[in-house]
Amino acid sequence: MAYLDHAATTPILAEAREAMNAAMGVCGNASSLHSAGRRARRVAEESRESVAAALGARPGEVVFTAGGTEADNLGVKGLYWSRHAADPRRRVILASPVEHHAVLDPVCWLRDHQGAVVRWLGVDSHGRIDPDQVDRLLAEDAGRVALVTVMWANNEVGTVQPVEVVVAVAHRYGVPVHVDAVAALGQLSVDATISGADTLAVSAHKIGGPIGVGALVVRSDAELTPVLHGGGQEAGIRSGTLDVPGIAGFAVAAQLAHDRRDRLAERLAGLRDSLVDGVRGVDPSSLLNGDPGPGPASRLPGNAHLTFPGAGGDSLLMLLDAAGVECSTGSACSAGVPQASHVLLAMGVDEQAALCSVRFSLGHSSTATDVQELVTALPAALDRARRAGVSSARLVRR
Amino acid sequence: MKVLAALSGGVDSAVAAARARDAGHEVTGVHLALAGPATSGAGPRGTARARGCCSPADARDARRVADVLDIPFYVWDFAERFREDVVEDFLAEYAAGRTPNPCLRCNERIKFAAVADRASALGFDAVCTGHYARLVTSADGVALHRAVDPAKDQSYVLGVLTGEQLTRCLFPLGESRKLEVRAEARERGLLVAGKPDSHDVCFIPDGDTDGWLRARLGTAPGPVVDRGGRVLGTHQGAYAFTVGQRRGLRLGVPDPDGGPRYVLQVSPATATVTVGSAGDLEVVALDADHLRWAGPAPAGPVECLAQVRAHGEAVAARAEPVAGGPTYPGRLRVVLHRALRGVAPGQAVVLYDADRVVGSATIVSTAGQ
Repeated sequence: MAYLDHAATTPILAEAREAMNAAMGVCGNASSLHSAGRRARRVAEESRESVAAALGARPGEVVFTAGGTEADNLGVKGLYWSRHAADPRRRVILASPVEHHAVLDPVCWLRDHQGAVVRWLGVDSHGRIDPDQVDRLLAEDAGRVALVTVMWANNEVGTVQPVEVVVAVAHRYGVPVHVDAVAALGQLSVDATISGADTLAVSAHKIGGPIGVGALVVRSDAELTPVLHGGGQEAGIRSGTLDVPGIAGFAVAAQLAHDRRDRLAERLAGLRDSLVDGVRGVDPSSLLNGDPGPGPASRLPGNAHLTFPGAGGDSLLMLLDAAGVECSTGSACSAGVPQASHVLLAMGVDEQAALCSVRFSLGHSSTATDVQELVTALPAALDRARRAGVSSARLVRR
Repeated sequence: MKVLAALSGGVDSAVAAARARDAGHEVTGVHLALAGPATSGAGPRGTARARGCCSPADARDARRVADVLDIPFYVWDFAERFREDVVEDFLAEYAAGRTPNPCLRCNERIKFAAVADRASALGFDAVCTGHYARLVTSADGVALHRAVDPAKDQSYVLGVLTGEQLTRCLFPLGESRKLEVRAEARERGLLVAGKPDSHDVCFIPDGDTDGWLRARLGTAPGPVVDRGGRVLGTHQGAYAFTVGQRRGLRLGVPDPDGGPRYVLQVSPATATVTVGSAGDLEVVALDADHLRWAGPAPAGPVECLAQVRAHGEAVAARAEPVAGGPTYPGRLRVVLHRALRGVAPGQAVVLYDADRVVGSATIVSTAGQ
């Protein structure tokens, strides 16, 4: 078995699981005033400090959420609502078109239901935005822009965005920036303070923590309208009883991810390069999508996203799965129907090629054996997938 | 064998897949997404997403069946092909005044053609479905026979399959009765055991075929006439009528013999619906095209049983291929030894030798006494 889908989720670290088990054995609501409550609160606050340290933030800037999607929703909607409330002319959102759906869909929802105006940024063939375009758009009419949203690194093709430059540009115009760092955390040096992001979303399960926990780092001077209203936890920004065991597991994972990041990134980059070489050896017609690198400044070290002309991504996934190799086609609707990736389409890849693409993603438990299993299983899978054609593909209509 | 089990989310396909697995086959479950894409325009280029694109409830049921059977599961998207080959065909047939059978068309063009071909290319030896029919293998090849449960027999809607297609089929339910299949589903812990049978056209979920057709074909008013051409009333679209139909004519005047009136003929070209008495509906001969013999084509007339509807009666008949012109190379004339009512152009006539399907064709025209 070769698990090559760490970008979907990665195995939980033993240390994180132990911390969760310990916290789960203790009763206590972190908001209660008695000693049980204090015990729980202590775990939560120590965890907050660990997460803050790992992210280059102050503890008071860490708002725990129930995952990356919630953190992205809070960042995008929270910034939009507060900026729009402060100045009703601010209706424009500048957004990268290669964002994860956890950002794209809130942006589109604000457009469709709240009167927001979206200006989509262009990307190059690697999926990278151009900070100069952000500058030009802001120079035109910064007074109408509510926020800019750009991801740190792309979850599908691995391309790293010039986040710090974009933040610096936006701040010159007094415009806040939301950054989705879910895919970047654990593989790149994610420092909330250095990045300057006003809100920055992360998720625990992508770095060996539990599923269902995340955080939004909210700069102390950022104004944010809450999405969830209730008991007023997390300084009123995110109500809801704190998930202390989950947060404890997240904290341990964040700490370890921070401490092990450089070595892991180096090891993954080596494995990834051997994977790409192996795949290209099997199929010289295959194409690597995203920034080819080298170096972590350009591409996530654990990401290999490839197009296999004439071989349907969904066929490949099924055939590799049957051979014990697990990968991903990028995006699928809730019922599991493959669709051309919006990221690849934005990069200018044609729809047919987009449907012939597969993502292999490596993580902390990946080994050279995993890569070898893929390279061994690939020729037969490619042969069969090409015979089946891309017949069942549904093309996105424009 | 490596078997691809089509899982609709219903009880029949679930038990069929379970039996295939128990028989020692290596089974992979696939749910076919056939409903049209609901592309709600969303964000930048390419982010239009199909929300609720493929009857998610059925897809979920199918997925849970695969979970319980512990087999791999995928969703295959054949919505585009289905729309072109089944839905648009259905619409065109009605617009032309014929009565199509979309299930038969789906079997012919999608399930046992496009899906089966893809399965073969991907290394599967057979496609397994929950159809009630039997496959009997002999020295002459694989023959399609009626299922043992006459109420569920689906050999009619499979009658269009060629011998080559049948060699790649697996119908594990042909020897069973529906009640047994439901009981078995319960015993196996399949959650779909109590799910009701589907009867309607799957792409018209509310069952309102008239409304569905009207929305797509618009109104085309015209006269309702008797066999002598006398105008008895008007209608809003000839396509909404089917030969043999009694309801919805709204003529107010009964037939001269006092009995109800029935639709005898639908002619969208002239927007005319012709009506008559029950006796006028009786058909004793029919011509059909798209002829397909299950085995070698017979040299002369064949005495057989002819069936013209999915659960209709099969009557003794003599079927004879007629020399076709260039337009209709494989044409068939069927003389019914006992009259049938409500035979509409567009329907398939499936020929049987006892329980064995010997051929099929699409009805072009009918003749009364």
